[in-house]
Amino acid sequence: MKLNVGWFSFTCCEDSTIVFIELMNERFFEWRKLINFKYFRTFKSNNSIDDLDIAFVEGAISSRKEEETLRKIRENSKKLVAIGSCACTGSPANQRNFFDEKTKNEIQFILDRFNHKEFVLPLSDLVKVDDYISGCPMDEKIFLAKLDQYFKEFELINA
Amino acid sequence: MHDNLDINIEQLSKTEGHADLEVKIRKGKVEDVKLKISENKRFYTQAVRKRHYSSIPQFVSRICGTCSIAHLTCCIKAVEKCLDIEPSEQIQIQRKLSVYGMMIRDHALHLYFFCLPDIFSKDSIFDFDSSKDNLIKQAFAVKSAGNNLSKLIAGRAVHPTLQKIGYFSKIPSKEQIREMIDQLKKTREHVFELIELFYNSNFEFSRETNFIALDSKDYSFLDGSIVTSTGLKVKEEDFWNYLERIIIPYSQATGFKFSTKEYMVGALARMNLNKDKLYIDSKKELNQFLKVFPSNNIYYNNLAQAIEILHCLDHSIQLLETNEFKSQSPPKLTLKGERRGIGVIEAPRGTLYHHLEINRASKVTYANFVIPTAQNQIKMENDIRLLLPKILNKQKHEIYHELEKVIRAYDPCMSCASHFLKLKWI
Repeated sequence: MKLNVGWFSFTCCEDSTIVFIELMNERFFEWRKLINFKYFRTFKSNNSIDDLDIAFVEGAISSRKEEETLRKIRENSKKLVAIGSCACTGSPANQRNFFDEKTKNEIQFILDRFNHKEFVLPLSDLVKVDDYISGCPMDEKIFLAKLDQYFKEFELINA
Repeated sequence: MHDNLDINIEQLSKTEGHADLEVKIRKGKVEDVKLKISENKRFYTQAVRKRHYSSIPQFVSRICGTCSIAHLTCCIKAVEKCLDIEPSEQIQIQRKLSVYGMMIRDHALHLYFFCLPDIFSKDSIFDFDSSKDNLIKQAFAVKSAGNNLSKLIAGRAVHPTLQKIGYFSKIPSKEQIREMIDQLKKTREHVFELIELFYNSNFEFSRETNFIALDSKDYSFLDGSIVTSTGLKVKEEDFWNYLERIIIPYSQATGFKFSTKEYMVGALARMNLNKDKLYIDSKKELNQFLKVFPSNNIYYNNLAQAIEILHCLDHSIQLLETNEFKSQSPPKLTLKGERRGIGVIEAPRGTLYHHLEINRASKVTYANFVIPTAQNQIKMENDIRLLLPKILNKQKHEIYHELEKVIRAYDPCMSCASHFLKLKWI
């Protein structure tokens, strides 16, 4: 048995994805025994969001399409974890929320064309978030401790 | 042979950031190709306005997770131009090392994890059987060497903390440098195996291309003039005069032409234009592989990346072995009136251009960032258009794969590309 994991990214610079991949430098073979990556677009093309134990979600939500996908991920996951500052707080991906009227008018046609939302939002404004790994990029130690906790909670390693 | 075919790949895999591809074949002819960079914009060009110049380098580092060191370094260069700061020789060496660490890590990620599955006909490294365990170990060893080099010199490999305007706020100890040299030396042998793999690959897609890159005198990615395959030599600050923004209505990134024509930036461009400047020890051992350059084969972009990893390892070892690093004090930042500064460097994916204008109150009034993947966008889309007729006799899933594969060869980074749209659509 393995932990069914999805790793997702929305509006952000994907710095925490890079940190996660760097954490694999020392842990790949251990994690390969414990984790089934059902969704990880950065690494594979055959992806599925069905029946996830954990969804790790990086980035803020800036378009209606992203919101719809996030809600689907939530419905299909036992736990949803916000990864990094943009997912946890919206910032800095949400900087357009704070533009003055003139600058907002300047970018409005892009927001219209690509069906963006009026405001860029952190995940918790739209769905229930079970855990937060904050930092820009995410804090490695907090992430590793949380993953270890999940391995125990889902009985993949002894508590 | 497919007479009518619609291909719609949502979210191309094994690339940084998000992009979709739409293809329409009618009566055996390519009717439409749309490479849509679908990464949602974060509007950095607008967001930097009215901010104090000293906050901009760390801020724009957040444009991209994987090449944050490139954005930071390029922006520091632009700010220093505004302030008439000339970085000392030691600082320039530290910047080379910081960028080399990024190149090693970033290229290794792309080659081992995004491209090797194509070579071994697997979807991902998770599908490799145990016969490839040793190669996977090598992959992590190379990536780790790059990661640790950036951490040692710049504080972190992602959004580094020590690299500042005019100085580095901490220097490595002699003990740390010794350990780093050992790690880099141990990593060297793995890279030859990687170079062989991409050299022996039979993937090919070639067409006449104008390549553009900085001709750094020691292949250090940080300075020089902008040179082209057509023989032009352009000063960094004049690059923009040759560029034309091309609005692609279905893409969240602008495309670019150089002197009204498509072009390519990146490792293949650098190798084609500047291979003679590679570090001497690397060059000696790579003779056989370097002979294939100049080349128009887009898949040799990946061979060029593998060769660059070796160059970065070897030059880093030499720089660490032969230099003393002394603590530096922060320089006094003095702005003499309104200023304009342009920084150009070679990021992993090609020539990166940052242009800042600052007013008397030290606030940014204008910014323009030209990103490698945005510059390659038009050529990538045209490649798809020209490749399709050659592969229409294949099964649908094979066509999908071939299309993704050719885009992947460029190592595109959509996170970077999508933030710099022109203000009005045509």
